[in-house]
Amino acid sequence: MELFWYLAIAIVLTMFFILDGYDFGTGIIHLFFAKEEKDKEVITKSAGLFWDSNEVWLVAAGGMLFMAFPTFYASVFSGFYLPLILVLWLIIFRAIGLELRGQFKFQMWKDIWDASFGVSSLLLALFFGIALGNIVRGVNLGGVEKGESVYEGHYFFLPLWDSSFSPLSKTPGVIDWFTIVIGIISVVTLAIHGANWIILKTNSSINKKLKGVILKLNIVLATLTIFSLIVWKIINPNSFDNFIDKPYLLVFPIIYLTGLIGLFFVKKLKKDIYSFALSCLLIIGGITSSLASLFPILLPSVNTVNEPLTIYNTAAPEYGLSVAINWGIIGFILLFVYMIIQKRLMGGKIDTMDYGH
Amino acid sequence: MEDMLFYDRLQFAFTITFHYIFPQLTMGLSLLIVFFKGKYLRNNIEKYNDAAKFFMKIFAINFTMGVVTGIPMEFQFGTNWAKFSELTGSVIGQTLAMEGMFSFFLESSFLALFIFGEKLMGQKLHFLTGFLVFLGSWASGWFILATNAWMQHPVGYEILDNGKFVLENFSALFSNPWLIPAFLHNQLASVVTSSFVVASIGAFYVLRNKQTEYGKLFLKTGVIFGLVSSLLVAFPTGDWNAKNVAKYQPASFAAMEGIFETEVAGAEIVLIGQPNMVEKKLDNKIAVPNILSFLTYQEWDRQIPGMDHFKKEELPDNIPALYYSYHIMVGLGTIFIGVMFLSAFFLWRKKLYNIKPLLWTIMFLVPFPYIANLTGWYTAELGRQPYLVYGLLRTADGISPTVSSGNTLFTLLGFVALYMLLGLLFLVLVGKTINEGPKPQTH
Repeated sequence: MELFWYLAIAIVLTMFFILDGYDFGTGIIHLFFAKEEKDKEVITKSAGLFWDSNEVWLVAAGGMLFMAFPTFYASVFSGFYLPLILVLWLIIFRAIGLELRGQFKFQMWKDIWDASFGVSSLLLALFFGIALGNIVRGVNLGGVEKGESVYEGHYFFLPLWDSSFSPLSKTPGVIDWFTIVIGIISVVTLAIHGANWIILKTNSSINKKLKGVILKLNIVLATLTIFSLIVWKIINPNSFDNFIDKPYLLVFPIIYLTGLIGLFFVKKLKKDIYSFALSCLLIIGGITSSLASLFPILLPSVNTVNEPLTIYNTAAPEYGLSVAINWGIIGFILLFVYMIIQKRLMGGKIDTMDYGH
Repeated sequence: MEDMLFYDRLQFAFTITFHYIFPQLTMGLSLLIVFFKGKYLRNNIEKYNDAAKFFMKIFAINFTMGVVTGIPMEFQFGTNWAKFSELTGSVIGQTLAMEGMFSFFLESSFLALFIFGEKLMGQKLHFLTGFLVFLGSWASGWFILATNAWMQHPVGYEILDNGKFVLENFSALFSNPWLIPAFLHNQLASVVTSSFVVASIGAFYVLRNKQTEYGKLFLKTGVIFGLVSSLLVAFPTGDWNAKNVAKYQPASFAAMEGIFETEVAGAEIVLIGQPNMVEKKLDNKIAVPNILSFLTYQEWDRQIPGMDHFKKEELPDNIPALYYSYHIMVGLGTIFIGVMFLSAFFLWRKKLYNIKPLLWTIMFLVPFPYIANLTGWYTAELGRQPYLVYGLLRTADGISPTVSSGNTLFTLLGFVALYMLLGLLFLVLVGKTINEGPKPQTH
């Protein structure tokens, strides 16, 4: 039962990063590469039409986490207090950036909201990566000092950074050089994803250029991936044990690799959708590989006093989880139906769509 | 510890107050939009379609604000109320997760289609998407009220030795006797807000003598919806809720009605007066004897326990605030009925559009249904104190154990600054939209 909800939440979160991921990526690309007003307009529109139905996936993941793993939800949300609230604020700036830009016609107004959209998208991508970095690195559960827990063993509080900035510190902060690297990987991945989205959904004049950008970013991504894997192995020598014990889990890293390698051929692909699919694979593979390497742990502990949080010691009791499966399945079916309807009606290039106003 | 609790409560109160400015409009307005669009489908008169599309613009601005201020609400359960989430997540996590699954997806998927898809889909499908947006937003209200109803009157749970609440009966969450009255009361109150908004924009257009055709349509629709909803908010739904409070939270009932001493021969209803917490009485009181007993139990001399009947730790911790919230809500609700009744009368006599003082009144009344909605929620939430889960889990025991008051104050200040900016932008955009008015179609 725990496993069902673990998988369900993993799927919803992955969907969030695929869908809202292209919005963040669009923001990053927009910030650095869109120069002409015509391009800026269509690029913001390619995110603006979809951001709110994409963001709902995050809300859904939050709600499901609350229901299925309340102890994990309570621990992680209070432990990462500051970065989470910062993310909330950034989400607000991202949204109003997209919604407000078109409300007045003068350029200064548009520039302000373009910056709001672009910068907050960039920072959100960075923060989500840092969050993933924190999850795989682990935290000082129980706030252990001198061998004793300060809080209950499943609670913690992370400062934004620890003076050493090192992932090997006994009291690591949210930001250290390892989580920063993961943050940058996330920014690069989502930038590639966003570029693919722009190419897929618009006829902007920078589309051709963006393929070159994707290629360059992909080289950076490959380098950073190898680097982060080495560091990860140093931080946690057992981090790849799951893949050795259960070789079928290797399918997730293979998904990631397929995306990574495939994207080197971005200029040769026949259809834009293929390239977009490859960056989806990057995201799917990246998230699922990280989760699989930890499984069944949800949040490792960097001390030996307190147990890591797992799907078993943080889950809600059996009855609630099984009754929720009933409505959960109906919900999922509805959800995919809406998505198909929406994508069908709003498929194709944004600039050639007729909105009727 | 005291500080932590104070800032956590203040931050939640501030963010939820600001947030609830928006959903209370969107829930009610979606109903009116469906009405306009439905009318257009039947009579094919363009101005109804223009009205639907005009209010969709207002809706969209409010919706965006509602979404971006709503996500912090869900997250704050975890960030600031971690212990509460840990202990109750297996129960109220159900209703909150269902809200995401069954209402947000519905609302957000079809809103984009409603706004952009009229030409793409044709009129019937366009109406359908509007209806689905309405359904989504009301479903959201339903799940939130179900969550709140459980906190007000917990049902279908078991408490384990470690203090955790465990769900024992899923359907009890939705057959909770607190839920239906609270849901209907809340939804009708949101229809009151949106009716006033529609009527007030109408009054503005008529008074300004521009877009008067639309002005008259908005006034007429707003007044009719406003009269019906303000009557239903008071009776039966408001009455029903008050009876629930008297039954399930008698200490809160005494506090919100301002009854300091139990009267043996039936309780009076307080109209005006200021709670004096030192002398435990109401200053400058105006009250009508025995009415409260009659309204609550239909018996003139039925005894209702006053605050002297309860231990201090059972009583809400801010009695004056609770008392004022409740009385402001009831007082405003009464005024709404009066104004809407008068307006409806003159509408029927075909004089409404020429009675300027009444139009000015309607126009300037628009902030007050918002205040009535918010004070209604304050009544519910302050009345539940000092508990998070009534009678079972104290508010002080629900906060995050590791988040210091300094961190909460920091984020509270950030929210205040950010929401000021949002509020300002919101007013600019709504003002601009109203000023431009509904444009007749040009094709």
